[in-house]
Amino acid sequence: MSADTQSTQNIVVVGNGMVGHHFVEQLSQNSNYNITVLSAESRLAYDRVHLSEYFSGKTADDLALTTPEVYQQLGVNFYLDAKVTTIDKSRKVVTTEQGESYSYDKLVLATGSYPFVPPIPGKEREHCLVYRTIDDLDAIQASANTGKTGVVVGGGLLGLEAANALKELGLDTHVVEFAPQLMGVQLDQAGGQQLRKMIEELGVTVHTEKATNVITDGESSVHKMEFADGTHLETDLILFSAGIRPYDNLAREFDLAVGERGGIVVNNQCQTSDEDIYAIGECALWNNFIFGLVAPGYTMAKVAASHIDGGEESFTGADMSTKLKLMGVEVGSIGDAHARTPGAQSYTYQNERDNVYKKMVVSQDGKTLLGAVLVGDTSEYDSLLQYALNGIELPENPDALILPSNGGEKPTLGVDSLPDTATICSCLNVTKGDIVAAVDAGATDVGAIKSVTKASTGCGGCSALLKNVAENEFAKRGLEVKKDICSHFVYSRTELFHIIKAEKIKNFDTLIAKHGKGMGCEICKPAVGSILASVYNDYILQDDHLHLQDTNDTYLGNMQKDGTYSVVPRMPGGEVTPEKLIVIGEVAKEYNLYTKVTGGQRIDLFGARVDQLPAIWKRLIDAGMETGHAYGKSLRTVKSCVGSTWCRYGVQDSMSMAIFLEERYKGLRSPHKIKFAVSGCTRECAEAQSKDIGVIATENGWNLYVSGNGGMKPRHGDLFATDLDDATLIKYIDRYLMFYVRMADRLQRTSVWLESLEGGLEYMQKVVKDDHLGINDELERQMDAVVATYQCEWKTTVESPEKLKRFRQFVNSDKQDENIQFVTEREQIRPATLTEKAANGLLIETVDVTAVEPA
Amino acid sequence: MTVITRSNTNWQTLCQKDDLVKHSGVCALLDNEQQVAIFLIDDDSAFTISNWDPAGNANVLYRGLIGDENGEVFVASPLYKERFALSDGRCLDDESLSVTSYATRIEQGQVQVLV
Repeated sequence: MSADTQSTQNIVVVGNGMVGHHFVEQLSQNSNYNITVLSAESRLAYDRVHLSEYFSGKTADDLALTTPEVYQQLGVNFYLDAKVTTIDKSRKVVTTEQGESYSYDKLVLATGSYPFVPPIPGKEREHCLVYRTIDDLDAIQASANTGKTGVVVGGGLLGLEAANALKELGLDTHVVEFAPQLMGVQLDQAGGQQLRKMIEELGVTVHTEKATNVITDGESSVHKMEFADGTHLETDLILFSAGIRPYDNLAREFDLAVGERGGIVVNNQCQTSDEDIYAIGECALWNNFIFGLVAPGYTMAKVAASHIDGGEESFTGADMSTKLKLMGVEVGSIGDAHARTPGAQSYTYQNERDNVYKKMVVSQDGKTLLGAVLVGDTSEYDSLLQYALNGIELPENPDALILPSNGGEKPTLGVDSLPDTATICSCLNVTKGDIVAAVDAGATDVGAIKSVTKASTGCGGCSALLKNVAENEFAKRGLEVKKDICSHFVYSRTELFHIIKAEKIKNFDTLIAKHGKGMGCEICKPAVGSILASVYNDYILQDDHLHLQDTNDTYLGNMQKDGTYSVVPRMPGGEVTPEKLIVIGEVAKEYNLYTKVTGGQRIDLFGARVDQLPAIWKRLIDAGMETGHAYGKSLRTVKSCVGSTWCRYGVQDSMSMAIFLEERYKGLRSPHKIKFAVSGCTRECAEAQSKDIGVIATENGWNLYVSGNGGMKPRHGDLFATDLDDATLIKYIDRYLMFYVRMADRLQRTSVWLESLEGGLEYMQKVVKDDHLGINDELERQMDAVVATYQCEWKTTVESPEKLKRFRQFVNSDKQDENIQFVTEREQIRPATLTEKAANGLLIETVDVTAVEPA
Repeated sequence: MTVITRSNTNWQTLCQKDDLVKHSGVCALLDNEQQVAIFLIDDDSAFTISNWDPAGNANVLYRGLIGDENGEVFVASPLYKERFALSDGRCLDDESLSVTSYATRIEQGQVQVLV
């Protein structure tokens, strides 16, 4: 169909859960469709997979997958609290509870599912809740505040997630399961037992083979649950999490085919029995199967969007293997975990001391892996999954795959033998073929592959496998994975850092004489200059360091396109007294500098000639200001809101914290610039989640976010720790920053660094919180040393007649650079364009600035 | 053997050697008002090129970083990092660009260029 004959089609999507939202994202790329979203919930799509993190510090905004602004930009019409109550298939119109009607060309049902509540008398009592939406969570939180004990009915995957939530809320937590074991769908009996043991060790009481007969008034608690075996349990809160049921009532009422046990019947294109109506996600029944995981739902969303647009993708089922962490316990299940395939045989390994259970299910001939169960240690999950999904022949002694290596070599999965169709990242559905294509298209490191394919940017569980596949591809193409910083050193930045530290090397000349060759270059010199500054924190314009610095550091200003510099005094937390503001204004006026407020809450003065810089800075320093390091690869600003001192909503004094942090870390030279922000409450006015270090006040202290980024490649910071007191917060930041300074590549922002770090956030938490590497004392000492040796570089400079010589424009004349010319725009200067300069004298208003002698 | 007496008339003294900073640049003005960038590489070896950066269109080359590649000493422009060979002013990153280079000598503590 060509674009001009195709009129815009109306697509109505019912439901805005994760899958409905994914569908909108897929189809909104194409302007031929007018998309309308009708959601019964009061908020747009959010991440239900990580719902329990709501109780460990994440907010509804953190969990949000989109915002009204994004939908508006995409041109998507959306209506919240708009529950669809009727479908008129012949007129192709749907109507909401409020009576609003929407006509469609194609209708997409993404209504999801609802929690199944067993028909137990008393189930409708107060404090009997379910665990599905953010509203449910709010209700659970409110209920938990009034009670001490909580029971989850249901010991499946979701039930255990819910139990984790209750535990996070500080309740004495119980799990009541009808079946003889936990997670019966995914785990075999022994695996279930192992999981039970570990969860009980964490303080959750598990009751299996318990059928609840009735819920009545308790004696010491709100409820009493009476079980079929005559026992009972008292509790204040009951959460039902005994499975899900598809939301298929619209299909039932308006005559679309549904399955015997529910679910809207769909074909391979996700069409229902009416070809203009699609169903996707947990409300859809495909091949008599409902997929209760998000990944298959995403695939359905893609298939439906493709089919509407004339594409040919089809849904052919999905692998239900899962790997997850329940209350810190690693659990994995692959394929035929219960060994139900005829002739299947299994290998098991159990280590009760270390709480590890592993089972492999193999085919009768022992050549292929059919399934696996892993509890307590899922490190082999990725490679086992590849064996199972791709039918790769097992090695001679397959049990070696799950046995501890005890120093011996473990058989490794030959990534070369993986077919191109092998899924490497199941969250983002990236295949080996996609990675090969990225390498063919020029990606030469894992970071580049990640940014092209998005692989490993979901849960990150596949990062080791991704690295394996990538390195294998590099090797096949003869691409040497070189980390050498440049041709003068055969070392990476990290290695140079360690050499400098271990051998106590104090300057570049010694380093290059001992460990490099030649003179150095514009790559290695600033990098080494930065390392030396991080380690020794000498004055950066010291004679032996001077030639290492980029122009910004040499002249302590940001060079602009015409060779002039900008001047930015530090303004910690964006706070400034009227007196200082006046001085800044006077300086700007006297030197006729273009004046602008920056994104980092301070003031930038542009258009200063190199010979004017010392006098300008002398004025600012005399007025009590100091350098803002706006030119350095170092701490820039700590953005802040006014916090609890002024704001009605603030819960902590974010201003004082921001100023403290800015004062502490100012001058710290690092692989790239670093930005901080501190917000005084969860409204997050300081935008802390887009910063390298983000601090957000809570009722109980501070939440710490790390490795966020604005700019070119925006990234939300990861929640690193919650409810910290001041001392712990600072300790964590000290360690995190110093670890970054040590380990990162040159010009690598904290966001990219964390993403490229094997083990990612979790590894970082182990290092910083648990002292996994045993280096925290040293990191803290190193930071203390940097803090103790801080100096205002401009103050040192204006006090040194020798250094001030560098700021002469000409070594043999007092003239000025005639090429620097300005014109006036909006009452301020701007650099003249080449044309304006060429028209010399006619258009140009050359600003006459009295030359000021360097002080 | 003929002794060539070099005429000093076209060697212009720009500054003292003490004004230079090793592995770094300073800027000087020729008699004809041209700006030049002078770099001290070793105690007795200095190079001079035009200060005008033809890629960035600004007088900034003296503020660039000095380095070498395969023995060729260069300055990298502080604006967009194009590298210019100090020996002859060629741009190592873009064949279409070059800057003027000047013979330079240090005589009795004075820095002189041939113009």
